[in-house]
Amino acid sequence: MTWKTEEPDFEVIVIGAGVAGSVAAYQLAKQGRSVLLIERGEAPGSKNLSGGILYCNEMEKVFPDFLNQAPIERRITRNYVSFLNQDSSFAIDYQDTRLAHPVNAVTVLRAKLDAWLADQCTDTGVMVMPGVRVDAVLTETTDDGTQVVGVQAGEDKLTAHVVIAADGANSFISRAVGLRPKPKQNQMAVGVKGVISLPRRTIEDRFSLSGDQGAAFAVVGDCTQGVGGGGFCYTNLDSVSIGVVLRLDDLVAKKKAATRVFDHFLSHPLMAAYLEGGELREYGCHLVAEGGLDMVGDIHMGGLVVVGDAAGLTLNTGLTVRGMDLAVGSAIAAAKAVGTAIERQDVGAQALSVYRDLLFASTTGKDMERFARMPEFLERERLYSKYGDLLARIMHHIFNHDGTPREPAVKVAANAFSRSKVKIGQLLSDGLAGVRAL
Amino acid sequence: MKLPSVTDRLARNRFVLDEAESHIHINQELAALTNIADALIACCPAQVYSKAEDGTILVEYAACLECGTCTTIADDAVLSWHYPRGGFGIQFREG
Repeated sequence: MTWKTEEPDFEVIVIGAGVAGSVAAYQLAKQGRSVLLIERGEAPGSKNLSGGILYCNEMEKVFPDFLNQAPIERRITRNYVSFLNQDSSFAIDYQDTRLAHPVNAVTVLRAKLDAWLADQCTDTGVMVMPGVRVDAVLTETTDDGTQVVGVQAGEDKLTAHVVIAADGANSFISRAVGLRPKPKQNQMAVGVKGVISLPRRTIEDRFSLSGDQGAAFAVVGDCTQGVGGGGFCYTNLDSVSIGVVLRLDDLVAKKKAATRVFDHFLSHPLMAAYLEGGELREYGCHLVAEGGLDMVGDIHMGGLVVVGDAAGLTLNTGLTVRGMDLAVGSAIAAAKAVGTAIERQDVGAQALSVYRDLLFASTTGKDMERFARMPEFLERERLYSKYGDLLARIMHHIFNHDGTPREPAVKVAANAFSRSKVKIGQLLSDGLAGVRAL
Repeated sequence: MKLPSVTDRLARNRFVLDEAESHIHINQELAALTNIADALIACCPAQVYSKAEDGTILVEYAACLECGTCTTIADDAVLSWHYPRGGFGIQFREG
């Protein structure tokens, strides 16, 4: 049993008012706990970037009327996945109005969403404290090892039964306390993003959308100039979020400049047509955890649990990229575990390990396990350089009627193979690895 | 759409500059030994880093978008990087 009888300043202190931090704080306050939510930005959301679309399922467990009350941009009905080459592209274009009935995924802008989440926290009794950077956690040595007992911000020390580290992908807090290692270069990618203003109507026309429907584009190939990662493009109400995600080990190895790759993608004819006449409204960048399950590692110790991006909870399945829903999933598990631990007056490492159990019993944890092999698969070089070219060669043979008699499809494919740089063995190996990873 | 230069892009963002202290410090000797300058210059999306004629790495910390790319690719002994003090630095209005 690890429990301090003297009353702390707050029962729970949450570091970081992003999706994971705010949802955890909200849930704990609803349980009647005294909660302090500390945010280093001027206001909640001001340090955060949405890297993609928000799958709403988990969020609706916390806020049943989320879709009507939260500041969401568009409801995704179009998913566009493309292999991009210099002069050609091959895409899967999946459009389905069923995705809006009921709504499955939405686009959000974090400055607005996180401000709304923090308001929900305030209304539920959370003390929200923006503009304060937590420098370190306070620890004590107990019989059970190191116990986190509060936080230090400048000169100020604040105590709590439990601290929740929701401090984002860099997670300096859990690193400083020795819980989690510094991430390796191949476990992290940098997302570089522009928000481009365009009139509502123009967006709807260009992306074939009506009303508040939205589109999500995921692109691999020439968009990153061969660097592991991809391009993305999401429609907001009256702007488009567009950019690239670049795996750091490969960015360094290929000696590419991040800004050049970003410019290259936005200037590619396929994307430029969507952006014509637009105006850059904001330019930002943010790290994304790409390590998958391997990277999750230790996420709790005495008096501390780690949630969201800080716990490495991002999932790139090749077709979909998820982070915010996993942040909510981990926050739900954390709030439950922390609430129970405080109720039972034991906040030691053993008691808080319930967080891990709950997380891996939930969809969030199960999906992290399901796609555990994906990061390794996505490190396969050919995905970013050769497959787009191969697909375009096959398509060119099919659609380019040059007056010669048509060849059987098998021969077309075989020809395209022999001319592309992909070997049959490699294709089989990649195909098998891809299926396994899925 | 013509993309503005990186400097002009950053000018459209809202920054609250901490004039009292920089949150980025480089150990120039170790940086030279580990040859990290070019990687820092290339990887930073905000172009915070540049090189002086004598090879010293220059740091324009006011432009930092606080992503953490530089601190992930450089050794902690070479580059000391932490978040700016509370309320300072980039303040995204869209996100």
